[in-house]
Amino acid sequence: MSVRLKRILAAAAAIIVLVLIFAFLQALLVPKYMESTQEGAMIAEYYDEPVSHDVLFVGDCEVYECFIPSVLYQEYGITSYVRGSAQQLIWQSYYLLEEMLERESPKVVIYSVMALKYGTPQNEAYNRMTLDGMQWSKSKWNAIKASMTEGENMLSYIFPILRFHSRWSDLSSEDFTYLFSKDPVTYGGYLPQTGVVPKTSTREGDKLKDYRLPETSMAYLDKMLKLCRSHGAELVLLKSPTNSWKYWWYDAWDEQVFAWADEHQVGYYNLIPSDWEIGLDWDLDTYDGGIHLNLSGAEKLSSWFGKILKNDVELPDRRGQADTDDYYGKMAERLNQLKEKNQNEQD
Amino acid sequence: MAFVSFAFILFLVVLVPVYYLVPKKAQFIVLLAGSVFFYAFCGWRSLLYIIAATLNSYLFARWLSSAAKKENGRVEQMRETWSRDERKAFRVTSKKKRFRILVLGLVIGFGLLCIPKYTAFTVSNINAITGASITIPSLLLPMGISFYTFQSMGYLIDVYREKTECERNFAKYALFVTYFPQLLQGPISRFSDLSPQLLAPHDPEWDRMMSGFLRILWGYFKKVVVADTALLAVGTILSDPETYNGIYVFFLLLLYAAQIYGDFTGGIDITLGISEMLGIYVKENFDHPFSSLSTKEYWRRWHITMGTWFTDYVFYPLSVCRPMQRFSKWSREHLGNAVGRRLPVYFATIVTWFLTGLWHGASWNFIVWGLLNCLVILISQELNPLYEKFHKRFPNLAQNTFYRHFAMIRTFLLMGFIRTLDCYRDVPLTFSQWGTMFYAPGFSRLFTEQSLLGLNGWQWLLLGLSLILVWQVSRNSPNDAPLRHRIAARPVAGIVVAACLIFVVLIFGSWGIGFDASQFIYNQF
Amino acid sequence: MDKSKLYDILRSLHADVDFEKEKGLVDNGILDSLDIVTLITEINDAYDVELPAEEILPENFNSADALWALIQRLEEE
Repeated sequence: MSVRLKRILAAAAAIIVLVLIFAFLQALLVPKYMESTQEGAMIAEYYDEPVSHDVLFVGDCEVYECFIPSVLYQEYGITSYVRGSAQQLIWQSYYLLEEMLERESPKVVIYSVMALKYGTPQNEAYNRMTLDGMQWSKSKWNAIKASMTEGENMLSYIFPILRFHSRWSDLSSEDFTYLFSKDPVTYGGYLPQTGVVPKTSTREGDKLKDYRLPETSMAYLDKMLKLCRSHGAELVLLKSPTNSWKYWWYDAWDEQVFAWADEHQVGYYNLIPSDWEIGLDWDLDTYDGGIHLNLSGAEKLSSWFGKILKNDVELPDRRGQADTDDYYGKMAERLNQLKEKNQNEQD
Repeated sequence: MAFVSFAFILFLVVLVPVYYLVPKKAQFIVLLAGSVFFYAFCGWRSLLYIIAATLNSYLFARWLSSAAKKENGRVEQMRETWSRDERKAFRVTSKKKRFRILVLGLVIGFGLLCIPKYTAFTVSNINAITGASITIPSLLLPMGISFYTFQSMGYLIDVYREKTECERNFAKYALFVTYFPQLLQGPISRFSDLSPQLLAPHDPEWDRMMSGFLRILWGYFKKVVVADTALLAVGTILSDPETYNGIYVFFLLLLYAAQIYGDFTGGIDITLGISEMLGIYVKENFDHPFSSLSTKEYWRRWHITMGTWFTDYVFYPLSVCRPMQRFSKWSREHLGNAVGRRLPVYFATIVTWFLTGLWHGASWNFIVWGLLNCLVILISQELNPLYEKFHKRFPNLAQNTFYRHFAMIRTFLLMGFIRTLDCYRDVPLTFSQWGTMFYAPGFSRLFTEQSLLGLNGWQWLLLGLSLILVWQVSRNSPNDAPLRHRIAARPVAGIVVAACLIFVVLIFGSWGIGFDASQFIYNQF
Repeated sequence: MDKSKLYDILRSLHADVDFEKEKGLVDNGILDSLDIVTLITEINDAYDVELPAEEILPENFNSADALWALIQRLEEE
């Protein structure tokens, strides 16, 4: 071997070693979101889905704490997935959807409208929880560009170690346990909360200076509709039945969404007035005083909403299909185990 | 553009290869273009200021040098005709003329510095004294102005003294003033040291490039690992002076010493490292200052180029100028020999330290800081005979290791103590905090959670280990080549050390947004 | 012109230094800036010259001989 070749090989070996060390350190230092703040792990779980879906939910907690795919499947044969994340802003929903539509062809896309109220990037930590879990694609790049708050930069999304390096002094056993593999935290994108804190306040939302929904949000809604139609999917808008003064859904907003839906011939379900019809009991079905639904609330809502969906949209009944039976059956099983475990803890 | 930014690193990654790829004659153009770009990045106001400062010193230097040439030509021409006295008289009048040109140049040059830097301070003092309420103007301080003003004014004085040739090429001169690595934290270079190197052709050499690269990385290590970690604790103490008084003021003294040392010497390491990569040797600004045995020695080792600037251009001219010498003579006759002898020295020392304080920043804490340094130096000067007697009595003491360590720690603590003025930036507050250190230290708080100052155990361990490492590395004996030269001479060692430093800085440095787990707690969305 | 006056001045600053042999008064850190100013004040007084700031260079102050040469040059001018 010539000296020159030897040198080139040595340099190549050195570069490979450095890249491996870098990759290892990066894997070690990024948050795992397994034991706490599980919301950070949700977005990445979509890529492990073994089946394709007829219904896709996108949005914030008003989807991922409300709709249980295994209930929709077992009661109505609807195959679905919830691609939600904490404070998912509409452009994030849009690019997540864009990414999913590259991979599968759903019949219905359901978007929860609460996040329309945000027209600008909000919070760096929530950005990370939504965006870091995405696999690299043009959609991810655009989602990051649309979401960055001041002081953030693209480089730290490409190499998350640049963002999370200072966790070195906070590393815990969680970081080592889940270094190379993660456990699922959701049930088809649904993240259960099992606590119960009754709703006591009837207070309404504070007055706002401006009741117009931001133009940016509405523009993304237009884009989302176009995207769905070009992929042959029907867009459906939805407001979950929760309404608390802290996260109030104003009538003025409702009117604007309604007008938009009417104009574009899109279905819009505001479920706030339907809570008694759904059978929600605000003493039992919320874990935080009426802001969000807990597991029992989500079960009632899913069961009720599945029927509506089945009535209003033409969806095939997939029950009897071996792969989906198996998949959603196991999901229901896991959820039952969680419920039993929770029951035992309470007793 | 700060040293610790992605933009600056990217800038270097582009600049260094371009510098070596262009023809050698154009290398200095690349540096100049890079420097102008660097400055433009800081805003057009900064750029305008540095252009004004460069033009001013360039034009006055040209004027001074042509006046000197005319003067010498005339003397040469009249060599035969003039008597010695006539020649002397001509020299005196033309030197006076040149002096007036110099003064004009200095007034404009320092005026450019003083207007943005001291207007607000002056107005607020006038308001405080006279009770007036003139609006305090808020002028942004152009980046690096204190450094390049001193550097260009030093050049102007050197041209006046005919110590240095006047540079006729404006681009070449502009590079001397704007050379980007030293714009942020110095050092303040001499024209005769720096300019020839900036203009000389340079070849890339592995050893030198590696050595410079290692120095840059080491600088980043000192800045973001040592200084910025210490800064977290310093910030905790300063955020609440009422809670963190007494013993914590002593902690502040230690931690701030670590922070300022890391930040300042780290910045200089980056500057000198970049220069080394470019083949340019800039004068060292620090020489292991915390090993000094006395205050005077400390000031010969800390911020060396600023110290020599003040000595050469303020202290000496002031103390040996004619009025001062006359004053000294007069006081000898009227006040006695002892007083007369000391007067020039004392006066010049006090003025120099006052200006040194003022140069550091336009606020009273810096002035008090400067004057306290002056006080310590003058007291130790007065006590000198006593020291000499003491050391005559115990002749081996000066070589005794324990005594040397005692002197070293004493100097370190004294300097650190005065330096805390810099932290609080408020003279009365600093004095009252010093008071609590002696009268109400509150030792009982020592072993409580409070003493962690917001850092966790791992961060303290990191800070401790880094400080030991920094001390050991900087302790290089003067006869040895610097450690980085020895490492850089062996390619494998160089790459391994560089890689380690990169990873250490990347992970352990306190840079970026920082991770606050509480932000990532699910918060009702 | 009396060189012995120069030695007297130097010895009054540092009694323990052999000024006839020492060639590194500045380089070896024997004279610091305060010493140099005191020295200049005394020289100006004793020899009736004006030693300007620009002549304060290590090569002029490193030895008694260098200083003596400087004083003579200043008297010449």
